[in-house]
Amino acid sequence: MPQTLYAKLWNSHVVHQEEDGTALVYIDRHLVHEVTSPQAFEGLKLAGRKPWRIGSVVATADHNTPTDHWDQGITDPVSRLQVETLDANIAAFGAKVYFPFRDARQGIVHVIGPEQGATLPGMTVVCGDSHTSTHGAFACLAQGIGTSEVEHVLATQCLLQKKSKTMLIRVDGALQTGVSAKDVVLAIIGRIGTAGGTGYAIEFAGSTISGLSMEGRMTLCNMAIEAGARAGMVAVDATTVEYVRGRPFAPIGADWDKAVACWRTLVSDPGARFDQVIEIDAGKLKPQVTWGTSPEMVTTVDGEVPDPTLESNPVKREGMERALAYMDLAPGTSIKAIRLDRVFIGSCTNSRIEDLRAAAQVVAGRKVAPTIRQALVVPGSGLVKAEAEREGLDRTFIDAGFEWREPGCSMCLAMNDDRLEPGERCASTSNRNFEGRQGAGGRTHLVSPQMAAAAAITGYFSDVRDWLR
Amino acid sequence: MGQVRVTMQAFTQLDGLVAAIDRANVDTDAIIPKQFLKLIQRSGFGPNLFDEWRYLDHGEPGMDNSQRPLNPQFVLNAPRYRGAQILLTRENFGCGSSREHAPWALEDYGFRALIGTSYADIFFNNCFKNGLLPIPLPQAEIDALFAQVFATEGYRLKIDLDSQTVTRPDGEVLRFDIEPFRKHCLLNGLDDIGLTLRHADKIRAFEDGRRAEQPWLFS
Ligand code: SF4
Repeated sequence: MPQTLYAKLWNSHVVHQEEDGTALVYIDRHLVHEVTSPQAFEGLKLAGRKPWRIGSVVATADHNTPTDHWDQGITDPVSRLQVETLDANIAAFGAKVYFPFRDARQGIVHVIGPEQGATLPGMTVVCGDSHTSTHGAFACLAQGIGTSEVEHVLATQCLLQKKSKTMLIRVDGALQTGVSAKDVVLAIIGRIGTAGGTGYAIEFAGSTISGLSMEGRMTLCNMAIEAGARAGMVAVDATTVEYVRGRPFAPIGADWDKAVACWRTLVSDPGARFDQVIEIDAGKLKPQVTWGTSPEMVTTVDGEVPDPTLESNPVKREGMERALAYMDLAPGTSIKAIRLDRVFIGSCTNSRIEDLRAAAQVVAGRKVAPTIRQALVVPGSGLVKAEAEREGLDRTFIDAGFEWREPGCSMCLAMNDDRLEPGERCASTSNRNFEGRQGAGGRTHLVSPQMAAAAAITGYFSDVRDWLR
Repeated sequence: MGQVRVTMQAFTQLDGLVAAIDRANVDTDAIIPKQFLKLIQRSGFGPNLFDEWRYLDHGEPGMDNSQRPLNPQFVLNAPRYRGAQILLTRENFGCGSSREHAPWALEDYGFRALIGTSYADIFFNNCFKNGLLPIPLPQAEIDALFAQVFATEGYRLKIDLDSQTVTRPDGEVLRFDIEPFRKHCLLNGLDDIGLTLRHADKIRAFEDGRRAEQPWLFS
């Protein structure tokens, strides 16, 4: 029987199955960061247990770390203690590799895994972080887990889980210039909703997806969780294999050839059945901008803020009213009339080299609007930063009036000093526009890197397609 | 090997006061804001549950929460909900971040069960690991429960996990689904790491096979 990619990944990792279908799924790669691991290591210690296979662990500090004045270390004592706790846990238990604060290869956990070749096709990948779905771009079964599950994987190398339903999202057609993977995924979430993928593993396919770079595919899979799906994935093709080739932890020699032959089977068989199929015409997609406090509250750059009184579902209507009050927006306001205070280019959604190149293309030779209080570029990793500097992208941003920072999660979730003040409005390339996400009282609009760059220049949302024609 | 410890609070029956949060898509950032994620312990998050909605000032770790100004508009601050053990919710509760601090905060606050139309996957999983029972019920039953809670001060529900029922004060019995394995763990407060380690030989055999076939995964 023809199999889906998800079924292949699932079947090849089931160690044991209970009568009700709950399975023990073997985990190949375990990514660890400072925020969701301390209680797991503590639990392990208290129970007198040892890690099952510590060589599966790749760790870094990213959520809490500052993005400037690295010479001063971490000044917030609570954050510092958490990062030092990770240092101590890795020292005590070990890891395949650890990129601590200020290491040249440190960065956002979902950027460094693929960058190092620590994420390989066909793997099961877990991390105590919901955006682990990012790694699905490599045809991995990659999922975010809670801290108890982090402890469970540390102790047993397995995850307890039931098989998901499958959803195929087929995107076909050529994207217009100025429309990116971020716009594709925001449009998808706008269509199926933030709970549309709950209980499903999503496979993204179609000619548009095949045409995307690995960076674009990672952006797409990164936000599968914003559609409610724990896992998003893309089949292996030549793009996947070429991206992995030569990475530090990628196989070499005879192993490489054997691995590639194995990876090439990581596709859904023709005729494989999905529980749900969604089709998207990529040629019609326009740049997307969120207007509310959930990623599904999204429209196109030439659209306007919707009117809740036209919504018939009362729970939805109230949600819209609450979102508009929080965002301080009136129904009918044109998206292009929304004025920004800050711009954030970064996060595991859009901080890879290709994102920075795309944004720099828009910024080059222009200046940040005087009304913009701060425009931040935070590369996803030390290596992304170094590459960008080699290409001179840092100069492009700095000359325009952007701040060029050290890598980390930064203003995506504002656990460090990079944050919005109450009432401030931000064009952000991150993945969540929840209330208070980028700072208490802060207002977030999710956009692509090029849309964020254009917003920094004009101070308002503008249609970046007009700039690139 | 084979030792299965009882590590979490078992859940069998509950007769509890019900509080209701009438909004959809309540995310884990709202349930417990990020500044509290800097802490390295597992307990004590209750006073900061829904921190941004619950207090009028901005909360940070280490503050004396008893001295902070409460937001009188926030439902859980209403005197009628004091001591609530059951939280009635709308769809997609717990969406967003995987932070287990969300169920830790709910549990530490005093909640033992949630009743709603649907939950986000990771949050749903995390609840079971902490003795917190998330019950899904059909939309119409949830709508009726909201109406009853709002109309009746001191509204209580009886939950019986073994028979998978929620009993309303008017005697109406609502049945809910739960996966047998999760039910077994919750009823007995079982530590699932211990349960998994009973299969250690199988895991080892699987691992050996994988290492032989795809050695690059283990280098
Ligand atoms: S960049 Fe944002 S979404 Fe990504 S791991 Fe960091 S905090 Fe999470």
